[in-house]
Amino acid sequence: MAKTPIVFVLNGAERASFANPGENLLEFLRRGVGDLSPKYGCGQGTCGACTVTVDGATHLSCLTLAESVAGRRVETAAGLATGATLHALQEAFMENFAAQCGYCTPGMLVSAKALLDRNPSPSREDVVEAISGNICRCTGYEPIIEAVLSAAARRGRT
Amino acid sequence: MIEAVETHRTLADAQRAMGSDAIFMAGGTLVMRDVNAGVTATRIVRSTDPALTEIRLSGDGVTIGAGVTMDMIAAHRDLTFLAPVARAVGGPQIRNMATVGGNLFAPHPYGDFAVALLALGARVNVAGQSGAPRPLADVLRDRARVGLIASIQVPRPQAPGDFAFLKASRIKPKGVSVLSIAAHLPRQGGRIRGARVAFGAMGPMPLQASAVERVLDGQSLDAATIARAAQVAVEGLDPPTDALATTWYRREVAGVHLKRLLERMARG
Repeated sequence: MAKTPIVFVLNGAERASFANPGENLLEFLRRGVGDLSPKYGCGQGTCGACTVTVDGATHLSCLTLAESVAGRRVETAAGLATGATLHALQEAFMENFAAQCGYCTPGMLVSAKALLDRNPSPSREDVVEAISGNICRCTGYEPIIEAVLSAAARRGRT
Repeated sequence: MIEAVETHRTLADAQRAMGSDAIFMAGGTLVMRDVNAGVTATRIVRSTDPALTEIRLSGDGVTIGAGVTMDMIAAHRDLTFLAPVARAVGGPQIRNMATVGGNLFAPHPYGDFAVALLALGARVNVAGQSGAPRPLADVLRDRARVGLIASIQVPRPQAPGDFAFLKASRIKPKGVSVLSIAAHLPRQGGRIRGARVAFGAMGPMPLQASAVERVLDGQSLDAATIARAAQVAVEGLDPPTDALATTWYRREVAGVHLKRLLERMARG
């Protein structure tokens, strides 16, 4: 079966790899490109652990055909930190104990980042809505909501 | 097991490339589930035709390209009547991906957007078919064979209060339908003329509630009319049992939710 060459921008850097026929973006990122930050949870678009952004909009990478991101910008949780400096959201997740097992965290961070990029001062309802496609089985969501709000507040002050 | 992915510049080319071994993919939210499970065709056919993502307003209607996403609907300033419906579909990620055309093919309990389109009397332009667009109800009955959808023509409600949508789910803000209801009740001189009411998750596909429509037509939307409509809510419907609700439960609550929706419309 013929593989398809795919050139795209991952977290600001141009990348190229081969996708298997019908391969989803999650598998392509993890297997083909080596970005292990998006997680496989359900494989059917329910849990949000595989959330990435494509041209700035959140997508479920397990339901995204790898071919469809050719020439587009993909961002994952691995692109949040700058060197050793964590993103404000990552800092806030640590300070607010917003991760327990951590499996949902990359997806939560990407959904939260997409929210703050378009709405720097979200209400609590905005945050609840923004992470409504991400399931967490540990924290009960409250620390996550608090973390996103505190990251927004911190960014607003700087 | 997928052996090839074919991307075509025009929908016409994509249509010619279809066959019994192929499945057409738009947003991917339905098809990729089957692809991931390894239970689908051997070829994926796609199209990057720009016409698929166009939204064109005409006098009293709007033509929505089949590839327009739920998020595009929710963000469009002239489609505020459809925005609450689009926002009821999935979570944010799904809405960035899921298309209007794909929603017509969503199996139970999905397909809430198609419920609204059915109540609005939408018509469907099928790729490669000239002549008049097909009524959505026909397309939904025939969806295994209908072909590729090019666009959907949607009449716009004359008054904002003429159309309303309700989705009942167990989880908020993102939950799958126990049922959904859409009602388009144009009024002339206080009387309903040409009522259209549709239910989702109350049968194998979105279904029109003909008995409810007959009760509403020619009446004013008062308490007595609403009560009679609620009594006949499930006539002709065939709700399934699934993990969300039993047939019995859906039949019990359909009239209650219809009453709430109609009361909301009566309050304006």
